[in-house]
Amino acid sequence: MGCTAADVVAALRAAAAVVQEHRDELVRLDQAIGDADHGENLRRGFTALLSRLDAEEPASPGKALKLVATTLISTVGGAAGPLYGTAFLRASAAVGDAAELDGEAVARALQAALEGVVARGKAVVGDKTMVDALTPAVTAAASAEGSVAGVLSAAADAAAEGAESTVPMVARKGRASYLGERSAGHLDPGARSTALLLRAFADAAAGA
Amino acid sequence: MTAASETSRVGLVVVSHSEMLASGVAELAGQMAPDIAVLPVGGTEEGGLGTDYGAVVEALADADSGAGVVVLYDLGSAKMTAEMAVESADDPSRYTVVDASLVEGAVAAAVAAQGGAALAAVAAAAEGASGEAPVAVHDRAGQDRTGQDRTGQDRTGQGRSGQGRPALSIVPDAVSAEVLLTNEVGLHARPAALLARTVAQLDADVVVRYGDEEANAASVLALMGLGAPGGRSITVVATGKDAGEAVRRIEELAERGFDD
Repeated sequence: MGCTAADVVAALRAAAAVVQEHRDELVRLDQAIGDADHGENLRRGFTALLSRLDAEEPASPGKALKLVATTLISTVGGAAGPLYGTAFLRASAAVGDAAELDGEAVARALQAALEGVVARGKAVVGDKTMVDALTPAVTAAASAEGSVAGVLSAAADAAAEGAESTVPMVARKGRASYLGERSAGHLDPGARSTALLLRAFADAAAGA
Repeated sequence: MTAASETSRVGLVVVSHSEMLASGVAELAGQMAPDIAVLPVGGTEEGGLGTDYGAVVEALADADSGAGVVVLYDLGSAKMTAEMAVESADDPSRYTVVDASLVEGAVAAAVAAQGGAALAAVAAAAEGASGEAPVAVHDRAGQDRTGQDRTGQDRTGQGRSGQGRPALSIVPDAVSAEVLLTNEVGLHARPAALLARTVAQLDADVVVRYGDEEANAASVLALMGLGAPGGRSITVVATGKDAGEAVRRIEELAERGFDD
């Protein structure tokens, strides 16, 4: 079964609820090694997304993803704006005008999103960033053949594991990199939010 | 020289997480470049710390009077926001995001733009401004350089031994002159900016030496770093097509006391 524009919108609404629910947790994580704004910035971005989704109905999955991109870019205000914005923009371009997405298309979109994040932020695996969650997610999605729900579930599991792997890392990108060795021992907030978003998408797909 | 640069100058946009920081940097850079647009963009729409993509997009358009815009930023995510704004422009090649130290880069870029330099040259001036201390001419071995120089001035500047550029005065066909600084303050901010602007208009590489140190005359900050006071002489060494003209104009400037 494919994933329609309405399914994507439902997944985005679910993601907005998860972001709201985890706002304080993300702020706390960012307080430890960053500028303490990640939770609030994402909440602001996804709240703005909700009102845009109330105002307009995207005609295709690709258009829905593009709406996320433009909303996050213009409202987030921190690094997550350009990074998630680029990720959703590339994902949108990867799925094109298709009316429905299958598992393979979703895997391709994730791959494009990762490439966008890497191009924008220049981080690689091991830098203690969202790339550490997104990279294993893309790999898992590519090898998980089957339904959208199956692909996203594999991606979410791998992203959660990838996010946990950032705990011992010393940050080499972003605000946390200024802390040097003191950044070790903390979960990276960007990797955590990536894992949360993918879990929200996977749960929405499973329930659809 | 393009047609655009005859009539318009490169603009600057300063992107910071902080409104106050962006404004302060723009104020400082603008002081040395009265005729160029230096636009600050700082903080989020609500007035908090962060970067506002939409405001950066607007500032790029506002700062562009035809010759393009150099964009400076404070921290990584401001860079990403600036790059996205540039990519969204109709013609991204009109905008250059530079990896430069914010304060020194903005001042150096402003002076280069004021002098009529083209986009690439203004960007290069900003990027070259990091660590713009004067360089010791002879000393590459790291001797003690905190003592008195031969003019008897107490020099508190730290030597940058180990990074010594070759002294340009040994380049053949160089034109050089001893120039007496007749004004009271010597090569301080405004005179240094005037000198750098004069050089920027010409096809010449110019080095200014004072005591044991030399500075690239294209860099206001390096010139100021020489600490050459009024009443002392500097040595101007120029190479390139307009070398003679460059030395002549600097001599004139000094004779006029840098219009102080």
